[in-house]
Order: sequence, then structure tokens, then C-alpha cells
Amino acid sequence: MSVAATRGAPYHRKPWLKRMADSSEPYLYSAPALILIVVVMLVPLVLGISYAFRDIQLLNPFSGGYIGLEHFRALGQDDAFYRALKNTLWWTGASVLLQFVFGLILALLLDRPFWGRGVVQALVFLPWAVPSFLAGLNWAWLFNPVIGPLPHWFFALGLMDEPGNLLSDPRYAMWGPIIANVWWGIPFFAITLLAALQAIPRDLYEAASIDGANWFQRFSSITLPFLAPTIAITVLLRTVWISNFADLIVVMTGGGPADRTQIVASYIFTQAFKRLDFGYASAIALVLLGLLMIYSMLIILLRQSLINKD
Amino acid sequence: MASIDIKNLKKAYGTFSVLHGIDLLIKDGEFIVLVGPSGCGKSTLLRMIAGLEDVSEGEIQIDGLRVNERHPKDRDIAMVFQSYALYPHMTVAENMSYSLRLRRAAKETTARAVSAASQKLGLDPFLERRPKALSGGQRQRVAMGRAIVRQPKAFLFDEPLSNLDARLREQMRAEIKKMHADLKATSIYVTHDQIEAMTLADRIVAMHGGVVQQVGSPLELYDRPANLFVAGFIGSPGMNFLEGRAEDGGLRLRDGSLVVLGALSKDLKGQEVTVGVRPEHVVLHHEGEGMSARVDLIEPTGFGIIVHLQLNGLPIKVFTLDRSALSCGPNIGVTLPAEHLHLFDAQGIRQGA
Amino acid sequence: MRSSLLPTVAHRLAIFAYIIFALFPLFWLLKVSVTPNDLLYSEGVRLWPSQTTFEHYADVLRHSAFPTFFKNSVIVSGSTAIVVTICASLSGYALSRFSFRTKYWIIALMLLTQMFPLVMLVAPIFKILSPLGLTNSLTGLVIVYSAFNVPFATFLMQSFFDGIPKDLEEAAMIDGATRFVAFRQIILPLTLPGIAATLGFVFTAAWSELLFALMLINGNDAATFPVGLLTFVSKFSVDFGQMMAAGILALIPAGFFFLLIQRYLVQGLTAGAVKG
Repeated sequence: MSVAATRGAPYHRKPWLKRMADSSEPYLYSAPALILIVVVMLVPLVLGISYAFRDIQLLNPFSGGYIGLEHFRALGQDDAFYRALKNTLWWTGASVLLQFVFGLILALLLDRPFWGRGVVQALVFLPWAVPSFLAGLNWAWLFNPVIGPLPHWFFALGLMDEPGNLLSDPRYAMWGPIIANVWWGIPFFAITLLAALQAIPRDLYEAASIDGANWFQRFSSITLPFLAPTIAITVLLRTVWISNFADLIVVMTGGGPADRTQIVASYIFTQAFKRLDFGYASAIALVLLGLLMIYSMLIILLRQSLINKD
Repeated sequence: MASIDIKNLKKAYGTFSVLHGIDLLIKDGEFIVLVGPSGCGKSTLLRMIAGLEDVSEGEIQIDGLRVNERHPKDRDIAMVFQSYALYPHMTVAENMSYSLRLRRAAKETTARAVSAASQKLGLDPFLERRPKALSGGQRQRVAMGRAIVRQPKAFLFDEPLSNLDARLREQMRAEIKKMHADLKATSIYVTHDQIEAMTLADRIVAMHGGVVQQVGSPLELYDRPANLFVAGFIGSPGMNFLEGRAEDGGLRLRDGSLVVLGALSKDLKGQEVTVGVRPEHVVLHHEGEGMSARVDLIEPTGFGIIVHLQLNGLPIKVFTLDRSALSCGPNIGVTLPAEHLHLFDAQGIRQGA
Repeated sequence: MRSSLLPTVAHRLAIFAYIIFALFPLFWLLKVSVTPNDLLYSEGVRLWPSQTTFEHYADVLRHSAFPTFFKNSVIVSGSTAIVVTICASLSGYALSRFSFRTKYWIIALMLLTQMFPLVMLVAPIFKILSPLGLTNSLTGLVIVYSAFNVPFATFLMQSFFDGIPKDLEEAAMIDGATRFVAFRQIILPLTLPGIAATLGFVFTAAWSELLFALMLINGNDAATFPVGLLTFVSKFSVDFGQMMAAGILALIPAGFFFLLIQRYLVQGLTAGAVKG
């Protein structure tokens, strides 16, 4: 473009100066944000990737040398890592599925006008405003038989042999953080899906009603297709986000009992924070990043091929 | 006030070319209307004059000064947008005075300019209202007021009336014309509405496909369209076209039948031509006189009547004030008077006078 | 519309169930925080204690470091919210209004930052900040949190800018404003809801952040609320009344911001989610 412009303008009066000012304008606007991101995220990311190939232990002054793929070799034999990987799948899958299903139902309930909807909306979305660490503590307390009602209720319903703490039962401990996560994450799905629902033109429903479609037919032929793009992108982003989300687990169980609730993200945190082995933590993080990238690619490819089919 | 000189102006987005070399000299105080179908480049041209789009090639001069590199704020022009683009968080008075406040004009000057403009446009009762509390026509006036307060070198209008209903549009059209007669300001007005073009313009610039098709006074464009595009675009209902080969007695249509047209220019004999005739120039007779045509449809508009005919299989529209046409039979006689025919060659260029 | 009773009743019941599920944990937090210590165990599963007290709150405010934590958190979250909103307004505007060659790279970079595990950055950030004296400092936290929140805030602001017609700043520029003046005087005032939403989002996010605060801060002086509460929990894990009183206190600012912005949530996320 600039080539054509230069050729065509015979009387130059410093047009290059204007052109330069014009083309630098968007960069001036994005500069503060970009500098922050590059300095605090991109550079550390690159450093972090390099740590994966180095021996970095905070308390060991002699560490720091390059050790090649040593961490990854160790990782390959680390049973705790494999368990964490399996737990991550379970944690992420259950959390996303339940958040999505309950979020969708809530969005559909709220999409209908009724008296007091504004207040109801504020109330049901409130968990989302609760700081994640507090949500974790809150649910840990609810599961605590000393202070919380849940164990007693479970016992009364016959779900438990005695009012014990779910979080210390190796068989069911993972459900604790998952329930807390569902409670905390439903509003996000509900808000996003509600927004998408409200963008659907109302006359489509009226036309379908006139054509004799019942509720279920309207839902499957209008609502779902309209929501599909939002659902796809939200589920993708949330999946990635939740598999990286260690707060609840760190707060509620610290990965225990017996590593039964240790997910990869909390395992990384344990390695870095408790054992101060930054090199190994970075290696695990790199593997997790790789897995998430592959997952995102697969979803995007899948979506692409679905779109092309239409 | 100022003249605007556009020299070989081109615009391309990447390899996609929108304007292919526009030359246009707009005289001081002239009212120019850029007209054409959507996508013809008229809005792009206007935005380039305003400085909202970069010039790819060529030059724009205002008052003899090259302005290609000038920021819109330094061009001293005012623009009325299709959406009005009123600032929603400012009152009418603040909207109108914004440009003067940016220039740090004296408070009294600003107040005087705003009150003069608001008086002229009948906006006095609304000065303290926000745009949201105004009707479409009032918003339109505020947009005009914002432009005239500044006394700029030129006014640019980008389809300013297309968001109004028909009656208001008529009224505002007249007001814009009055305002121009008043202020004698150089104005460039973009529209796709040919009535606006015809009624407002000193000169019309008809555009199509990024190229100027014809520049001239409204009646010049109407009476002597330079090519098939202009002939078809200007006028409503549109001009009738008959395609065929020029022969002695008239026009030999594709299906072999002959339409009697009187004398066609001698040097075109044997060539493919298009003959155009405006609906109001077609003369209707009782059946048996002139050529025989089948009546397809009769549309009374109140003012006149549009009769849709088939002449040797070709659709012809006729506009007449004669109400007896309402009761005409299935067939009717038609003549196409030689003095009202427009003749175009195979390339669509006007031939003869 | 047909109005039969059954769906309406089912609808209201379902809504009611959601409200109970959403509010019960918070209600329990409140309940324990006002239960006197001697009733805590004897009335463990009662919905409301027979006697209430505010002594836990008084203890927390008077005899613990929570006022310091609270102050630190307010400073960190507030500063982060302001820094991020300023940066994100500018960059969101750039993404909304300009088309420039590296735009898609910038968007890709911002998306990437939303993808990778932030824990991965713990070690490098610690290594970078510590020679600068920015570990164990609120400034360090503000810088880190700002960077973490800028990408999402940028997309959020962009969606708000996208909703404002381009004509407006073009009109302003023709009226004699530079682009920046048009941005400041015309566009920003119209984006106030978006700015409020972004401020609220970022404040809440910074208020909740735990992992980096744990990593970068040690000692009480610069500890934020999450760190303080967690330390408190691990040290005095039997003093439930005080912990929950502290929890309620931690909830207040976030809840306040939530109520402030919740009107704009749906609007803000619409654009972001649907276009994304």
C-alpha cells in the first residue's frame, strides 16, 4: 500500500512524517499493556521454559546448571505426576460438565421475564464474586464435621456411615473441590450463556411458535444452534482455565489425602512453593502447557471441520 | 468559503481498488451532489476529502493548498453524518459549541454563534436537552447546527436524510437548500436518492464503480445523459431501453421485429445500439394507431399513471397524466417520438446530440 | 402466551433451589461468625444459634493482623484495578479502532497468556523481582497482578468500544479534535459502564489472588488478605468463629464491587463471549 502511495504522490511535503505518526498511533495506545505483558508474562514464560532444562533449586546456591532433559526423564518415572494427570482429567471433566449443565439451566431460567428477576440474578451470581480462596475455605468448613452441617446431613441421608469429613476420605475427597468449583463457577457459564441467549432475536421464537413448534423443538432448532459458538468457546476456555486452577485444591486439601486430589497445577505449586525445586516445577508446567495446547488445537480443528461440513 | 480541487484521486485497500482516478473541480460556493448506487465510491470520496480516509494516490486541494497529509481537524471542514453522530453525553448546545470550544474561541463568540444557528434551525427550545430526548428531525437539525456554527470552508453531507421518514426528508431537503442559498457555502452532498440529487445540486456528479460517469447540472444529466448508466440511474420511473440493430425504418430487435422510430443517425446504420426513452415521453394512442403494445399492468400514483406495456416482447413503462389510461383495453397504440429518443452505441456511450 | 400454572411453579421452584444453593455456604459463614464459642459445637447443625455475638469480629479487628491484611489488599487491588483499567482502555481502543499489521499477533499473544498455567511463572517472576527488591512488596504484587489481568480487561474494554459508533470520534476529529482528545472527551465518557465493569472485575480478581501472593510475600507486613487468612487457618485452625468473621470481612469489598458491576456483567460478557 505504501509503495503505491509513494509512487503516486508527486508533490511530497513530508508525507512520510504523517505516515509514520499515523502508523505508530495504534502502538502508542497498546504500548502500556504490551510492555506489562511482555515484561511480566512473556519474558518469565521464556525463562520458565528454560528452567525446565536447568537445575534450579532456590535454597541450593550450587544449582542453576543446564541438565538437558533430566527433569523430563524424572517426570517420566514420577508416579505422582501420572496420578496428578489422571486427577486433572477427572477434576476438569467433572467440573466443566457440571458447571456447564447447571449454568445452562440457570441461564434458561433467567432468560424468562419474571417479577424480581434483577434481584434473583444478583443473588445467584453472587458466588462468582466470592474470592476463590474464600470459596475453598468456606466449603472446607462446610465439609468439616465439627463445624459444618454437610457430614451430618449426609449421615442422616444414609450416604455416610458416620458423620466424617469427605475431604479426608481418599475415595471421595476429589468431590469436595469439585463441588466447591461447581458452586463457584456456575455463574460464569450462566452469565455468558444468558448474554448469548439474550442476543437471539425474539421474533424467531414467535415465528417458530406460529409454525407450531413446541418448547423442545424451539430449544433444539433455535436456541442450541445460536448458543453453539458461545458454548464451544466458553467450554474450551473454561477447560483450559480449570485445569490450571489450583487455588481450591491448595486451600481445601493441599493435594491430600495421599495425593488423591493432587492435580498437575497443584503439583507444580507444591514443587515450587514447598520444595522450592523450580526446575522440576517448570518441567511439569511445560508438559501441562503442551497438553493444553494439543487439546485446544484439537477442539479448534474439530470446530473447523464441523463448520466446513455445514 | 473555498474551492476544492481533486486531481486523479485513487483509493485502494490492498489490491482492491475503490476509486480509479477522480478529477473534479468544485467552485467556491457550489453545491455538488455525489450520486450513485451503494458501493460506487461516493462515500469513500467524501471521507477522503474530510481526511477520514488516507489518499492512496492523487491529490486533494482546498483553496489551492494540498491537504492530503492534513489531519481532519486541520482541514476546516464540517460534516453531517448519516447517523448524525451527535455526542450522547452532551446537550444540544454543547454539541453545537464543541468545535468552537476545542478552538478555544471566546465565550461570547461561541454563545452568539450557537444562538444564531439554533434560531435559524428552530432549536431554541431544545438547547439544554440531550440528543436522546430529541426526535429524528430535531437530531438532524442539531447535526446541521453543529456544522454551521463553525463557518467552515466547506460542508460535507454523508446521506444526511436517509434515516428520516419520507415527509421529514422532503422538509429537510428544502431547508438544506434554503440554508445553502443563505450561506453560499461550498457543499458536497452524498446520496443515493436521485430526487435529492436533482433538487439540491448545482452540479451532480454521477458515479459508478469508482469512476465518475458524468458531471453536470441536474437537467443536463436528465436531458442528455452521457451514457447508459446515467440514463438508467437518473429519473423515476426509469428510462426504457430497447436494444437492437439500427436500420432505415427504426430498430431491428433481437427477435427480428422492427420498432418504428423515425430517423436514426446515418453513421450508426447496421450497428448494435440501445435506444432510450423516458416514460413520460412515450405517447399512448387508441388501439390501431402507432405500434401495438400489450398492457401488462396499470399503476395509478394519484399524480399520474404508470402503464407497463409489452412492445414486441420488450417491457416498456409509460408515465401519463391522462386518467383515461386507467380504463384502456388489453392492447394499446404507442409511438416513441423521435425528438425524445436517446441513442447509445454498443459501449453504452451517448450518440448524437 | 399460554400461561399454565405447572411450568410457572416449576420455574419458580428451580429458581428458589438455585438461590438456596448459591447462598447457603455464605449464610453458614455468617452463622458461624456470629455464634458464641461455647455454642459452636453444641449447636453445630442448627440453622441459627440461640444466641449471637460480634465478639469474633471484635477479636479479629483488635487482636490480629487482619486490619493490616485488609489495608494491604485494598491498596494492591485498588492500584491494580486502576493501572489495568487505564492500560486496557488504551489497548482495547487500539484493538477496536485501528487495523494494523501486528494486531493479530497482539491478540494471539493476549490469548496465549490466558492459556498457559500461570504457576509456570512463579519461579521466573520470583527470580526477576527479587534482585529489584520487589518481592515482599506491594508494588511487586501490583505489577504482577496488572500484567495478569490486562489481557482479559483489554478484550472486555474492546467489546465496549466496539459498541460505540465510529462516527462519533470521526465527528469529533472533524470538529477539530485530535484522535486522543476525541478518545478522552467523547469515547471514554460513553464507556463509563465498561470502565466500571473492568474496575470491578480486576479488583475482584486481585482481591482473590492467592498463589502469587503466597510465593512473593512472606511475613505479615505485606501480606494480603488471602495469605493472611490462610496463615491464620493453618496456625489457629480451631478458632472457627474468628476465621469465619475474617472470611466475611474478606467478602465485603468483593461483594460490594460485584453489586456495583453486576448490571454490566451480562452486557460486557456478551460482546466478549459471542465475538470471541
